[in-house]
Amino acid sequence: MTETARRLQEDGKRASQAVGEVPASLAVPMPVSPTAAPVWDDAANERARRQAQVRRVATRGLLYVTATFFALFAALPFGWMIFTVFKQNSDLYDPNRNPFLYNEPPTLNNITYLFERTEYATFARNTFIVAVLVVLITLIGAVPAAYSLSRLAGKWGEGLGIAIFLVYLVPPTLLFIPLSRVVADLGLRNTWWAMVLVYPTFTIPFCTWLLMGFFKSIPRDIEEQAMVDGYSRLGAIWRTVLPVSLPGLLTVVVFSFALTMHEFVYALAFVTSSQQKTISVGVTTELIRGDVFFWQSLMAAAAIVAIPIALLYNLFLDRFIAGFTLGAVKG
Amino acid sequence: MSASAQVDAAALADTRQGRYWLDRESVLGPVLLLPAVIYIIALVGIPLVLAVLYSLSDVTIGDQSIDFVGLKNFRDALDNTTFRTALQNTFVFTIVSQAVVLVLANILALVLSADFHGKRLVRFLVLLPWTTPIALGVLGWLWTLDNVYSPIDYLMRQAGLLGVGSPLGPDWFGTNSLWLAYPDRARLSVLIVHVWRTLPLATVILLAGLTAIPQDVKDAANVDGAGFFRQLFAIRIPLLLPIMAVAVLYGIVFTFTDLIVVFILTRGGPFDSTQVLATWAYFKGIEGGSLGQGAAIALFLFPVLVGVAALMLRIAKRAETV
Repeated sequence: MTETARRLQEDGKRASQAVGEVPASLAVPMPVSPTAAPVWDDAANERARRQAQVRRVATRGLLYVTATFFALFAALPFGWMIFTVFKQNSDLYDPNRNPFLYNEPPTLNNITYLFERTEYATFARNTFIVAVLVVLITLIGAVPAAYSLSRLAGKWGEGLGIAIFLVYLVPPTLLFIPLSRVVADLGLRNTWWAMVLVYPTFTIPFCTWLLMGFFKSIPRDIEEQAMVDGYSRLGAIWRTVLPVSLPGLLTVVVFSFALTMHEFVYALAFVTSSQQKTISVGVTTELIRGDVFFWQSLMAAAAIVAIPIALLYNLFLDRFIAGFTLGAVKG
Repeated sequence: MSASAQVDAAALADTRQGRYWLDRESVLGPVLLLPAVIYIIALVGIPLVLAVLYSLSDVTIGDQSIDFVGLKNFRDALDNTTFRTALQNTFVFTIVSQAVVLVLANILALVLSADFHGKRLVRFLVLLPWTTPIALGVLGWLWTLDNVYSPIDYLMRQAGLLGVGSPLGPDWFGTNSLWLAYPDRARLSVLIVHVWRTLPLATVILLAGLTAIPQDVKDAANVDGAGFFRQLFAIRIPLLLPIMAVAVLYGIVFTFTDLIVVFILTRGGPFDSTQVLATWAYFKGIEGGSLGQGAAIALFLFPVLVGVAALMLRIAKRAETV
């Protein structure tokens, strides 16, 4: 079909659409020359186009269905958690009622109960103090180490960096028994100081690795220039490299903070007094025991911590993943 | 005084004293590395050695002197039926959950690499199991799978799947499924929670790999008329293989060594049918007070971890040379 013919055909279609009820087959203009495409060919095109459209709609539909399924599966316990928080006892503990409805008006009493009648506030305070101290120790350990490995160590820097990263994979479940002895020998048994001491064993390795990637992306020129200007190496790092690396440092802060909130095994093994517990262990061991489960308050305790951490984590997600992929992805 | 004048003054001061000895890279490098290395040796290296010493001795929480008893702890562990259940469970949970995760993560990564409305929300929700503290998420599951008030049971009741004459079989005669009270159902629950928990990390790692496939490769495949499955098997999977390996290796480490899921969900029950190495080491070593026994049980985790570490090293080395 010639270019003119195609244009004519399109004009014809547009015209037929303007007219309205004209069937597609009639809208085809008269062939311009006897050799132009016969009418049946056009109908076949139409069918192919419809098929493609159906397939596109089906793909989109499948996409949305799959996405919804995974989102529901992942969010199920959290959704249920939040829905439970506002239920009244008489509503919640009646198996004959539809659990998906508020059969009685929602209440905030369960949250006030959590803060006023349980040690949740103490757990939260302990967690916060431990997290801040762990972040500080992690920065002191990881920043110099990462700089050294990415800038000064030369060839073996990368290898040593990976070795340090692998320490992150040494699980608490392998170390908690001997570490409980170390902690006891240092007189830290049953205090949150034990966690301050031990948590950097997994934050320093991961953060060193994260920061190595970050430092490598900063051109060497900037501290060399500063050194030419007369600063010592340390002065140059302090005045040029660290300010430029601020996003990387922030990532490290957030990651160490989040990992501290996540940790469970060491906290479980080292601390038995409820006054010294952090949230993840305090909530699951102190609030869960006893004859009655205060499920609404328990769920409030979990959700209040879980959701903000998830939001924080999401902000820095791409950087964390860059660390996890071990450089096997060239981005 | 202007800024440049200050810099000049600093420069002068430096030249007068000569360069710091610290400025020599051969000195500064190790010095900066030292704090981290000392920390790791003191609190990871030494405890690892201690773990081995403990496993060969009769040390308890009450009597902390290390008297060697040879391989007694390992023999005792192996003689115990609960230990054998724990060992088997640890492997089954890990292998099955990671096989499922590998399939699901590929599908989910494909979904998340497409553009659609509400994608940011879906991504946030899908990542929740990884971004929130595990203990708290599992607590949510404990309530969702509650013996009396489980919403899943309610739906199943409404659908007529529970009660006498249930189409699922005679075992579902009650008004509740008792997800955590029957050994089989408890194991299934633990498995599902493991899948739930490790799926997000595997997905985001695969997603990072997917987005890194060069556009010209995809274009070329499209021009050549390669269909979806052809592209999947000829391009995506081969190119993603190393990154899939990374994703699975993390999954293996995190599932194999996990204590939290079983501890919170079932405490190893019913009748120790869901114990894993980590929980059994905790119950024996910390709650039971027999540190030597606990250390020996935990050390059974070690060979698999060494294998995973070796594979990760190979992948990282290869990524470096490419």
